[in-house]
Amino acid sequence: MKNLLAVLTVVSVIVAVWYAACVPMNIKSVLNTAVRADQVVVPQDNKTRREAGAVGLVFQNTSHIAATWAEDRPRLPAPHQVMVELWSTTVNKKITSKRSLVYHGWVTLSATLLGFAIGTGLGVLLAVGIVHSKVMDMSVMPWAIVSQTIPIIALAPMIIVVLYSIGIQGIIPKAVISAYLSFFPVVVGMVKGLRSPDAMQLDLLRTYSASTGQGFWKLRLPASMPYLFASLKIGIAASLVGAIVGELPTGAVAGLGARLLAGSYYGQTVQIWSALFAAALLAASLVALLGFLERLVLRRMGEKA
Amino acid sequence: MKSETITRTVIEARNLDLTFQTNDGPVHALKDVNLDINQGDFVSFIGPSGCGKTTFLRCIAALETPTGGSLSVNGMTADEARRKRAYGYVFQAAGLYPWRTIAKNIKLPLEIMGYSREEQEKRVDDALALVDLKGFGQKFPWQLSGGMQQRASIARALAFDADLLLMDEPFGALDEIVRDHLNEQLLQLWASTGKTIGFVTHSIPEAVYLSTKIVVMSPRPGRITDVIESPLPKERPLDIRDTPEFIEIAHRVREGLRAGHGA
Repeated sequence: MKNLLAVLTVVSVIVAVWYAACVPMNIKSVLNTAVRADQVVVPQDNKTRREAGAVGLVFQNTSHIAATWAEDRPRLPAPHQVMVELWSTTVNKKITSKRSLVYHGWVTLSATLLGFAIGTGLGVLLAVGIVHSKVMDMSVMPWAIVSQTIPIIALAPMIIVVLYSIGIQGIIPKAVISAYLSFFPVVVGMVKGLRSPDAMQLDLLRTYSASTGQGFWKLRLPASMPYLFASLKIGIAASLVGAIVGELPTGAVAGLGARLLAGSYYGQTVQIWSALFAAALLAASLVALLGFLERLVLRRMGEKA
Repeated sequence: MKSETITRTVIEARNLDLTFQTNDGPVHALKDVNLDINQGDFVSFIGPSGCGKTTFLRCIAALETPTGGSLSVNGMTADEARRKRAYGYVFQAAGLYPWRTIAKNIKLPLEIMGYSREEQEKRVDDALALVDLKGFGQKFPWQLSGGMQQRASIARALAFDADLLLMDEPFGALDEIVRDHLNEQLLQLWASTGKTIGFVTHSIPEAVYLSTKIVVMSPRPGRITDVIESPLPKERPLDIRDTPEFIEIAHRVREGLRAGHGA
């Protein structure tokens, strides 16, 4: 109950700050509209108003504040505008509609999940190789690190163009970009996890004359589970970012990335913000799902309740 | 010794040397160690830290490789013996896998060594009974006290029935009362199984109470300064520690330790 109160307090502070920010952000366009409708604004002259400070204008035109939260194409949409847009493009829209966020969300989600699966598989395999082979440790790890220093926004168009030229398009290029972002946290986490058993535990297996494979399945892999889940949570969020970025250079037909792009083409800020919120909600639910899975697995592995 | 059984030498160390190369120059962990351990012996290694007692035990277990001399275990090299799973090893910490129940922890070596499923079940039950942990098989390690965890780790070392049990300060982290209790249990276990036990400790009463043979070691370089054959009977109630014989042996061990220190 105490926690709920604290959470609600934080949320209401964020919402309040947001509403407050809408006023100076949108005041100038609101006043321009008012002038065109022959209403009284201070100052009346367009040029002086353009050069005036936004906060000053707010105090001089307090009667127009309410209008800053109800514009059609505001610079910063108010929270309720975003919520209404979210509601009308999800619940009040058929899923098959091209304007449904559920449809676009699914397009992005499918690429995200495919990319996440590829990235995780690749990451685990690389980590296993790195832990068991010194050569791989020295040769693969530096490249994995270098790969993450290249901005994905620069790399994504090249991946799409190269794959298109060999006839691959649709979900695969997006999944590749998504995998490119998500394999890295998995490699780093799994290498650390597979190396987490201490010298004594490794010695114990030596006293049993256990094979490397037995050491992997019975000791290293189970010991790495907490590390794996921590990495997966980072990886899935990175996957989603990858899928969205992968949608931007394709001309954007479908997906949350397409909604973002179309929104910015046509100045539909409400649409941009609602797509952003949809992406954030999607990421949060994916991470929460992994958290649930983590608890389930670690509970079965005897973690203290 | 009984007349018809020929005492077999299980461990034979001759002029054993082990030098670690470190950044600060070579460290002589073991120098010129000679020792015979016979089947059924309970041998304690005692000495201050750095005397090589743990290193010697690890050499027997082929976890360290000596740099000189010869060492045979069951008539083979130490590493061959390790491959043949000749010994069970108990570390200072229980080192149970937190994700396995006690029963499954004891099963670990049996799975690795490829015992059949029924055989695994049977051996786990036997091992649990042997260390007095019946009914705790389905518990996870964190649900058990430190002493019980260490008993589980002993059960794990006993499960595959190696003739040789190597124990590296197994009770070092436990309090005096638990320790006394486990010492008593260990003696019963030794008497009932007839295993050969190598036991590293830094406690004089523990060494004297448990052993048929006490090996006193001293550091820099690690070497054996005295080997004491205990005249105490095999049956040893806890209050044997107040008898004059016991005190006399303890005194000799202390003298040996002091002499090693002065040298």
